Amino acid sequence: MSDDLLIEATNIDKWFGPVKVLDDVSFKVKRGEVVVLIGPSGSGKTTLLRCINHLETVQNGRIVVNGKLIGYRERNGKLVSDREANIAVQRRDVGMVFQRFNLFANMNALDNISLAPQLLRGTPKAEAQAQARALLARVGLPEKAAAFPVELSGGQQQRVAIARALAMQPAVLLFDEPTSALDPEMVGEVLSVMRDLASSGMTMVVVTHEMGFARQVADRVVVMAEGKIIEEGPPEQIFNHPSHPKTQSLLAAVLH
Amino acid sequence: MNFDWPYFWAQLITPSGAFLEGLGLTIIMSVSAQLLGFIIGLAVAFARMSSNKYLSILAASYIWIIRGTPLLVQIVFIYTGLAAAGILRFEDITIGDITFPGNLQAGILALAINEAAYMAEIYRAGIGAVDRGQFEAAKALGMPPIMLMRHIVLPQAFRIILLPIGNQFNIMLKNTTLVSVIGVSEMLLVTETINSATFRTFELYSVLGIYFLLLTSLWNIFMAWAERHFALGRPAAKSPPALAALEIAK
Repeated sequence: MSDDLLIEATNIDKWFGPVKVLDDVSFKVKRGEVVVLIGPSGSGKTTLLRCINHLETVQNGRIVVNGKLIGYRERNGKLVSDREANIAVQRRDVGMVFQRFNLFANMNALDNISLAPQLLRGTPKAEAQAQARALLARVGLPEKAAAFPVELSGGQQQRVAIARALAMQPAVLLFDEPTSALDPEMVGEVLSVMRDLASSGMTMVVVTHEMGFARQVADRVVVMAEGKIIEEGPPEQIFNHPSHPKTQSLLAAVLH
Repeated sequence: MNFDWPYFWAQLITPSGAFLEGLGLTIIMSVSAQLLGFIIGLAVAFARMSSNKYLSILAASYIWIIRGTPLLVQIVFIYTGLAAAGILRFEDITIGDITFPGNLQAGILALAINEAAYMAEIYRAGIGAVDRGQFEAAKALGMPPIMLMRHIVLPQAFRIILLPIGNQFNIMLKNTTLVSVIGVSEMLLVTETINSATFRTFELYSVLGIYFLLLTSLWNIFMAWAERHFALGRPAAKSPPALAALEIAK
């Protein structure tokens, strides 16, 4: 595996009961790259994203993040499930932003952001909180440190959630439809934070229906359908000259 | 009607020393049994939810047996039954001037064991009611299972189960009367003893009822406060307004 490869998923198969949701998917992300996953609902893009930090198990194939095999250990040439505590350690390098934000309801924005670095990285409280304030400023919410999730709008919650993920200084950030649960007027503020992150060199994998964002920010667009990657390439190629008929019908449906 | 008002008022306002000691025992038993029930119940709940099949079946059996048999039977079984079978005899323990009688130990233990079965199910319901997204967010940050429970899930589950916990302690206060059967001189047994000498049953049991009503009412008041204090997503209770204003000013 070459040094600039951050995520390398090879021949992934995944079933939900009898339904095969990922069918021999291989997927790579380079350090610093912004990859946008698009596809009709049910195409497996969210599942693929969730496999990267082992929120979903896979039945076949292997996923290597930052040089480490995720979720499994090799024993006598066979893959066996890793211990929950080891998986937890591996996840610390992979940040995740959820569709429904999932801010911790029992604590304010500052604690939401500063808790994990204190517990998991051993950062002293004062330092973690100073870092959290800096991150709140970075996502444009310096005045919301004391606010609880219920007191924040959807867009504000998602920006705090991004700050929370960043506080762990992950090697890569995964976004699972980060704007799908937002009122239309709040989509822009979240996308703008993500745009800033991308331009700062953050490695990002984004599942989204925001084609404008994909076109402007993505280094590469990956199109999925029925559990397979059907096409991938730079945005101008995918959006202007889609080669696969399913990509053409998907883009025709969302761009009009 | 034959009701001795002066006797009733005297018992109500200036109860005997024995009755007050009974009141003390009622409070000591219910508080300590409830606290033990919280702890044992949490362990049983985790065992019940464990991915270890045997542990889970063991916990489910415990809950099944305890909830399926009368508390009164459990109390007699633990104190008199175990001693009769030669398995375990509760002896008085004396530390300094304080004696901790065997029947009181058995009574508290029986109440706690019973309480734990109900608490285990309440914990399980509370943890089950915490949004799955909270688990996922904590996992995604890299928190191992115990940390996730301690910092994220249990604090939220606690707020959800506050109401049923209030209910449980209310029941506990009244269930202590059952321990009279093994001779612990709590309020009911003291009342019975006085009654056997005076036969003022109506007056004495009215007083006893009023004392229990007083205890449960005080508990209700405390729970009403606790509910306001711990309401989910109500930050005002956690950080004083002045502090919140300071945060905004920064």
